[in-house]
Amino acid sequence: MAATPVPKHLTEGEVGLGLTLLIGAFLCALASARAVDAPFSVHMAVFALAAVAGVVAILKRYEARPAEAPPQVIDGRPNYNLGPVKFTAVAAMVWGIAGFLVGCIIAFQLWAPALNLGLEYASFGRLRPLHTSAVIFAFGGNVLIGTSLYVVQRTCRVRLAGELAPWFVVLGYNLFIVVAGTGYLMGVTQSKEYAEPEWYADLWLTVVWVVYLLVFLATLWKRKEPHIFVANWFYLAFIVTIAMLHVVNNLALPVTVFGSKSYPIFAGVQDALIQWWYGHNAVGFFLTAGFLAIMYYFVPKRAERPIYSYRLSIIHFWALIFMYIWAGPHHLHYTALPDWAQTLGMTFSIMLWMPSWGGMINGLMTLSGAWDKLRTDPVLRFMVVSLAFYGMATFEGPMMSIKAVNALSHYTDWTIGHVHSGALGWVAYISFGALYCLVPWLWNRRELYSLKLVEWHFWISTLGIVLYITSMWVAGIMQGLMWRAYNALGFLEYSFVETVEAMQPYYLVRALGGVLFLIGALIMAFNLAMTIAGKTAVENEALPAGDALPATAGLAPAE
Amino acid sequence: MANIAQPGQKQPASPDTTGHEWDGIAEYNNPLPRWWLYGLYATIVWAFGYWIAYPAWPLVSGYTGGVLGYSQRATVLDEVEAVRRERDARGQAQLASATVAEIRADPALLRLALATGKAAFGDNCAACHGTSATGRAGYPNLQDDDWLWGGTAEEIERTVRYGARSGHGEARVGDMPAFGRDGVLSRAEVEAVASYVLALSGKPGVAGANPGKGAEVFAGNCAGCHGERGAGNPEMGAPNLADPIWLYGSSPEQVVATVTNGRKGVMPAWEDRLDPATIKSLAVYVHGLGGGK
Repeated sequence: MAATPVPKHLTEGEVGLGLTLLIGAFLCALASARAVDAPFSVHMAVFALAAVAGVVAILKRYEARPAEAPPQVIDGRPNYNLGPVKFTAVAAMVWGIAGFLVGCIIAFQLWAPALNLGLEYASFGRLRPLHTSAVIFAFGGNVLIGTSLYVVQRTCRVRLAGELAPWFVVLGYNLFIVVAGTGYLMGVTQSKEYAEPEWYADLWLTVVWVVYLLVFLATLWKRKEPHIFVANWFYLAFIVTIAMLHVVNNLALPVTVFGSKSYPIFAGVQDALIQWWYGHNAVGFFLTAGFLAIMYYFVPKRAERPIYSYRLSIIHFWALIFMYIWAGPHHLHYTALPDWAQTLGMTFSIMLWMPSWGGMINGLMTLSGAWDKLRTDPVLRFMVVSLAFYGMATFEGPMMSIKAVNALSHYTDWTIGHVHSGALGWVAYISFGALYCLVPWLWNRRELYSLKLVEWHFWISTLGIVLYITSMWVAGIMQGLMWRAYNALGFLEYSFVETVEAMQPYYLVRALGGVLFLIGALIMAFNLAMTIAGKTAVENEALPAGDALPATAGLAPAE
Repeated sequence: MANIAQPGQKQPASPDTTGHEWDGIAEYNNPLPRWWLYGLYATIVWAFGYWIAYPAWPLVSGYTGGVLGYSQRATVLDEVEAVRRERDARGQAQLASATVAEIRADPALLRLALATGKAAFGDNCAACHGTSATGRAGYPNLQDDDWLWGGTAEEIERTVRYGARSGHGEARVGDMPAFGRDGVLSRAEVEAVASYVLALSGKPGVAGANPGKGAEVFAGNCAGCHGERGAGNPEMGAPNLADPIWLYGSSPEQVVATVTNGRKGVMPAWEDRLDPATIKSLAVYVHGLGGGK
């Protein structure tokens, strides 16, 4: 390059972040050396290495980049920042497969416990949080962060705020995932369901999450559209509420700053209530609000239809976020939790039914006038079926929160079935739909490598879900009925171990359902990888243009 | 593509959309579906009704109790009390004061004891002895008539109450020494006696061992507890070695391991964990499984 008009120098952000990372690397290396337990030492070393890698990445990026900051607009069009989004799309696929695989392993372990091979690292207690965190936070989290960073740019018609900050968010978040997951394998846990990572990982996530919130808000702030798009309300509710839930539920005192162990500041029933206030709103704001945001952008986009009702979106948004935050106590029916708190948890769960369904109605009715596309577009079919599962799970949830129903369902595998109809049917399917849309858009491909493989993915995984949830419904209700069966003399009909024995065949069916779901995801990963590689399957080449999909379907319309 | 309208050339929105468009996505302004809205109202009305009926809202000190006067704690205490009364009416109190012989002689008490015993067995004993009490390696089968410590209902009651090698002062304690590990017998002697013992029930022994030597070793070291003919002695918990039942396996390797290292199986004392009526019921139940003497 000859004669650059602006002399190239490090930006304030590059200098600031680089120095912060250097100091962080030094402190983490120190903590690693003085650690009182091995996992903490390993994790501090991981943090130190990551910080050093961050400094190197900043310098390499500086060498490669032009002197001027990337333009906000090129030829009158926003210069969207897609790098971090691409990263999350790949990360989501990788973590998703890892999470589904671990889920299959522990499903088979429940069927045959000896499959833990007698290894502490492969024991159910360590792999179970690895599975839940991998699918919820690693797979789901990357999909949410990635799509939010994409959608907020497109619907505000501006480039993402910050240059390093979005990268800090996606890389920092995935570093958190690595620390959390390896921690579980080494036995590090604070034993709070869905909040297992210890204090130092929680602190790191807090930093990352605040930067995420700032990037999102700053992008909204400089938007070129007069109004904020509905998906962005949901994304913002997700980001803000998760920040609050995460901080409050993880308030804890470490035993030493050089060790992994900490104790929560709450105790007893207060701790339980805080935990389930967190736990249920993780479902509400992470797995519901966040993925509804995905629905509100990708369904109308793919169907090429306007959203059904603006009014409904406003009412159900505010009703949903107002009601959800109260519903947590329904996880603690018939426990030491006071009666009044149980009542509030249950009644707000019931009132949550229609606000939840508002999202389903808005999604499904958006299809009106475009239902024929379901025949030809398996990607849209993923999203529509996800809405059906969403509707089913958000009816089942309020029903199970009724104390009389909960007395039967609680502690049984019915709960596991309910969770997975939401997790596999809703969260994963809407994510698959979004990723199938997003990958060709991000890498500028006309369409996916193969729609036929999407069909296969759809049918194999749907069969898997059906096996999973039907086996768990039957097993769970049977289990609940066996626990409460009395004989004529007033004694329990079955001992606990007999109820465990009765579950075994259902556990096998469930595990096989999981395997089908995993196979579907592997097909998807192959399909996306070939799409990114720019390949086109023979079947697509053979079709006349426009037969499989409208020619525009694979391209983001503004490009 | 032209889906994003440029300023000044925005296409007139169709009459029923809001007029805004984001990245090509417009929004209709359809009214709320009636059934949806009425559904929302219905759940809200129901919730208000529930709040009036049941404990619901926290106050500065205390909470709104609800007009039905419901309390979960009171309900549970009532239910527990009702079950206790019902069981007493069926003779649960008699179960605690009667001896196992008296229980077995009274059909009504026996029926109650068998039901109590079955329920208690599943939750306390099945983990080791199996749900059908057939045992497994190291945990005796309770269905057969081979008893380490005696198979009468009274003996079984004593075993359940105090356990075996449980640390309780009254526990059953037998001692099978580690003949090989402690150097009492040489490897050749251990193999010889193992082969002799296996031959008592017609099983093949260790290849190359000397059965004649085995008989000698048995008489000198084992007969004191297991009897001259190996028929066992329930006083000392010494198993019958002449029958085909083998608690720790009947392969030559397993018998050699038993003689080398000894065996000290433990059963907990249930006296402090279960009430007397339940312990007696367990004894009657186990005795009635088929092998009782």
